[in-house]
Amino acid sequence: METMRDRFAPVVTRLLDEDPRVAVVLAEIGADAFADAVRRYPDRVVNVGIREQLLVGAAAGMALTGLRPVVHTFASFLVERPFEQVKLDLGHQDAGAVLVSAAASFDWPAGGYTHMAPGDVALLDTLDGWTVHVPGHPDEAETLVRHAVAAGDDKVYVRLSLQANAHPLPVDGERLRTVREGRAGVVVAVGPVLDAVLTATEGLDVTVLYATTVRPFDAAALRRATEAAGTDVVLVEPYLAGTSVAAANDALSDVPHRVLGLGVGRRELRRYGRLEEHVAAHGLDARSLRERIGAFTAAGALLRPPSTAPERVMAH
Amino acid sequence: MTITEEHTRRTTAAYDYADLPALMGRMTGDEKHGPAATSTLDVLWVLYDRVLRVSPERMDDLDRDRFLLSKGHGPMAYYAVLAAKGFVPVEWLTGFGSYDSPLGHHPDRTLVPGVEIGSGSLGHGLPIAVGTALGLRAQGLDGPAVWALIGDAELDEGSNHEAIAFAGPAGLARLHTVVVDNSSASHARPGGIAARFEAAGWSALTVDGRDHEALHTAFTAPHPGRPHVVVARVEPKYA
Repeated sequence: METMRDRFAPVVTRLLDEDPRVAVVLAEIGADAFADAVRRYPDRVVNVGIREQLLVGAAAGMALTGLRPVVHTFASFLVERPFEQVKLDLGHQDAGAVLVSAAASFDWPAGGYTHMAPGDVALLDTLDGWTVHVPGHPDEAETLVRHAVAAGDDKVYVRLSLQANAHPLPVDGERLRTVREGRAGVVVAVGPVLDAVLTATEGLDVTVLYATTVRPFDAAALRRATEAAGTDVVLVEPYLAGTSVAAANDALSDVPHRVLGLGVGRRELRRYGRLEEHVAAHGLDARSLRERIGAFTAAGALLRPPSTAPERVMAH
Repeated sequence: MTITEEHTRRTTAAYDYADLPALMGRMTGDEKHGPAATSTLDVLWVLYDRVLRVSPERMDDLDRDRFLLSKGHGPMAYYAVLAAKGFVPVEWLTGFGSYDSPLGHHPDRTLVPGVEIGSGSLGHGLPIAVGTALGLRAQGLDGPAVWALIGDAELDEGSNHEAIAFAGPAGLARLHTVVVDNSSASHARPGGIAARFEAAGWSALTVDGRDHEALHTAFTAPHPGRPHVVVARVEPKYA
């Protein structure tokens, strides 16, 4: 099956054709996919070698000359290793770039913890002005990469993963999308966790919102959803658990609410194996999600006074 | 007065090298501030006075040279030269480091006209300069020279070595580095600075960092197909 990353290089190669501002900066990882592009645009497709500080610093310098750099490597080497370059060379210099990562939280479990980056989005949350896209399907990845490159001189992070949903949904690079409507809670599914969330909440009376752009966080859409579904909110994110809890709390700061943040745990598992095994180990498989979401919404129903309780609570 | 209002009141007086100590004195309160007290002063003056194709009117000109002060510490000499050359009003110097001043103890490119990068954290300027040279080359702009000024102790930062090792083989002929060497690195070997650049394929010259003619000759020496480094040796910081 085609992955988001399979789609990435061909899309960016077309963007190189379309827009003379677009440049690509690589640090060996992913360079093979740009072999054709580097032949056609040797000055706009640059592989700096295994040098991630230079990767981000050079991208910033290119941006300062007016280019639109697209920077790509694994998330751990794009956000974590050169984090100060992301903070200063892009943020402090007021320079824009599109950072496109691969490998996500645990796309290559057999590679171990060195190649896992569940904290990437949380790290970017310490900085100002980042747009964060988390596509859930290769088609969505293509759309969001195009959005990111077209976003002026904005700082944009696109998080590609091997994890994906079976079918794409239309995405606009901004808003939450309502996938299912209920009256006893709101579940926000981010990117590739959607299929598991839909399976998990089958028969539960909850609204499911689909997020592929998590920063800025679409607070207005979450608020609207809570008007009919109540203010019990579950966030299911494919990266560090709780990353968007503060954003959800801020969206609901003037109403009583409960928020449960599900995602990848902090604890280092020290396990290799397969992706599905790590999904399950972090409680992100459909069965675990159903237990945790069900318990949370059931507890909420007990807390509410009878007059405001949902008329029906579906049996589990 | 807002920064914008003040900025339009362009300083018109012509300043010379001899005026720099007094300009620096506006920041330090020490009118006798000698040039030797600041390792970068002569390098900066020769670059801005005789080498860089920059001016206050050209700051939006894509074809201008780019000077990136990577060693952002002790920027008084830099601000004094920028004031002398009309990039910032001389009046700004007295506010140095205060809440309402655009002139901090580390420069901010978004606040100070003529400043190409904000610096302070060491080891960022040369990688950004590499990207600047790449970006200009990709747009067919082979006229502008890109300069990064770093300190000898700043070379401790590994990010510099990523940039040095890449720029030589990449043939970034429009990239220039000046290393102001006041022997402040804790662990160094004689001749080690130039040798590291040369090993990566750079053109390298080492000169007296107080000798204006020698600096000018080194700054303008031809270096076809290769990036160029000038090691400007000044008095040891801890003599």
